[in-house]
Amino acid sequence: MLATLFEPFGYSFFNNGLAVATLAGALCGLLGVFVVLRGMSYIGHGLSHAVFGGAAASAVVGINYFVGAGIWAVVSGVLIGRIARRRIIGADAAIGVVTTASFAIGLALLNRYGQAKKSIEAVLFGSVLGVERADIWAVSIVALLVAVFIVAFYRRLLFATFDPDVAQVTGVRVAWVEAMVMMMLSLTILVTMRVIGTLLISALLVIPAATSRMLTNSFARMLWISPVLGAIAGFVGMNAAYHLDTSASATVILAAAIGFVAVYAATGIRGRVRVAHVHHI
Amino acid sequence: MNSLAIPQALIECHELTCAYDGAVAVDDVSMAVRRGDFVGVVGPSGSGKTTLLKAILGSVQPASGHVHRLQNLKMAYVPQVESVDWNFPVTVLETVVMTRTRNGWWSRMAKEERDQAERVLHRLGLVDVSARHIRELSGGQQQRVFIARALFHRPELLVLDEPTSGVDVRTRHEVLHLLADLHDEGLSIVLTTHDLNGLAAHLPRVVCINRRIVADGSPRDVLTPVVLEQTYGAAMEVLIHGGMPVVLESGADHVARRLSKLTTS
Repeated sequence: MLATLFEPFGYSFFNNGLAVATLAGALCGLLGVFVVLRGMSYIGHGLSHAVFGGAAASAVVGINYFVGAGIWAVVSGVLIGRIARRRIIGADAAIGVVTTASFAIGLALLNRYGQAKKSIEAVLFGSVLGVERADIWAVSIVALLVAVFIVAFYRRLLFATFDPDVAQVTGVRVAWVEAMVMMMLSLTILVTMRVIGTLLISALLVIPAATSRMLTNSFARMLWISPVLGAIAGFVGMNAAYHLDTSASATVILAAAIGFVAVYAATGIRGRVRVAHVHHI
Repeated sequence: MNSLAIPQALIECHELTCAYDGAVAVDDVSMAVRRGDFVGVVGPSGSGKTTLLKAILGSVQPASGHVHRLQNLKMAYVPQVESVDWNFPVTVLETVVMTRTRNGWWSRMAKEERDQAERVLHRLGLVDVSARHIRELSGGQQQRVFIARALFHRPELLVLDEPTSGVDVRTRHEVLHLLADLHDEGLSIVLTTHDLNGLAAHLPRVVCINRRIVADGSPRDVLTPVVLEQTYGAAMEVLIHGGMPVVLESGADHVARRLSKLTTS
């Protein structure tokens, strides 16, 4: 029994995948706090689709994935900003237009020039087999960068996330803070997408953070509970995927979703008990 | 006249015009806020009250004219309670200290800072609820948390947007007394309000705007039928009660008669 549980650790491809999935869970959990609290889920979803276009284009042209997809993500971000500035369109529609167009370009490019189905599937659903040492490094560096950024600028981030108008007046450079959060988000999607896949990455950004929100009323505590939940989902999901012979990324998301449901059910009962005891002052 | 007798101007608006997508919100406004002022800006919805506040704060850029702020002026802003995200995961204490954005790493608070925060919370009667989530407070406490946050920034000018909208009579009195105390201690205050009788009539200076400034002065001089009709576009009557103007809507009796289907005598 125990031997079966430890069996996958004998394969280096599994260990690499496990490391990246766990780190990716933690990283997405951490940034997911901002995504959830600012109502940016759609941006996360859109950015991953935009990056898909970049990934396809760089594969076709033959340049490094990180460079090609990175530039593509920045260009998409700028385009979204420009289109959203025309007030009659609105940011959500701008994201919808730019990112789905980018996604469509990616699909068309891979159909026309790529090695057909296999590579498309790998990008859409992620691939653990393709994980290299470089991926572990990339995720680790970005995770460290994001963690340092959040610890150093904690109050500015909190203020700008909670109350951007007042933060601006009080001297916080909100536009700068927002740009940094967007950049961190793009970097996170860039380095985790090859493992988790375009279609499922936004779930990893949202589920651990939403789960942690139900567990605490404190922003500071959310910022460590959410990455811990994300990491657990990554670790447990990868192991379960091996034993159940299911897709790694889908199993990671399912693990996170099971956690969400469990917490939802538990806090629902607790919440109802608490409401019964509320006394008004 | 001795110009030294006039207190220092903290904010000066010169022929200020602000517009959104070509629609003018504030038109050719010139006014000054001086040290020690306690000014209420009144006007109907869409009259540019909030835009004027935002121009004073610097978060809205003028289309023409300019706003001059005293150099290094420390301002703090209390937003409308309706604009706050009450589901955001912060406690009362966390909300108050977030304004000192350059202090500390992570959520750590230095001893000195914690003491200062305690003092502000004590002053506003929030010590007992400092660890509570902001949603778990009464209406008056919710309003005071954001005033506490503004005070923790140690401002010279406090700017409030509709501080009494949506609160009950007791809370309105609490807020008014608190602001009066702060003003007595030397804080300069600018606020907007819809509430002519409950708030504006109590202030030393009232500015009526309807995109342009209609009148600027003491409530007795400003809250008159002529000025109010120009500001609100509706006829109003003004009574003097206990030395203070009390504004009444004209034609209210007519509406009541219609609704209760009484016949006119």
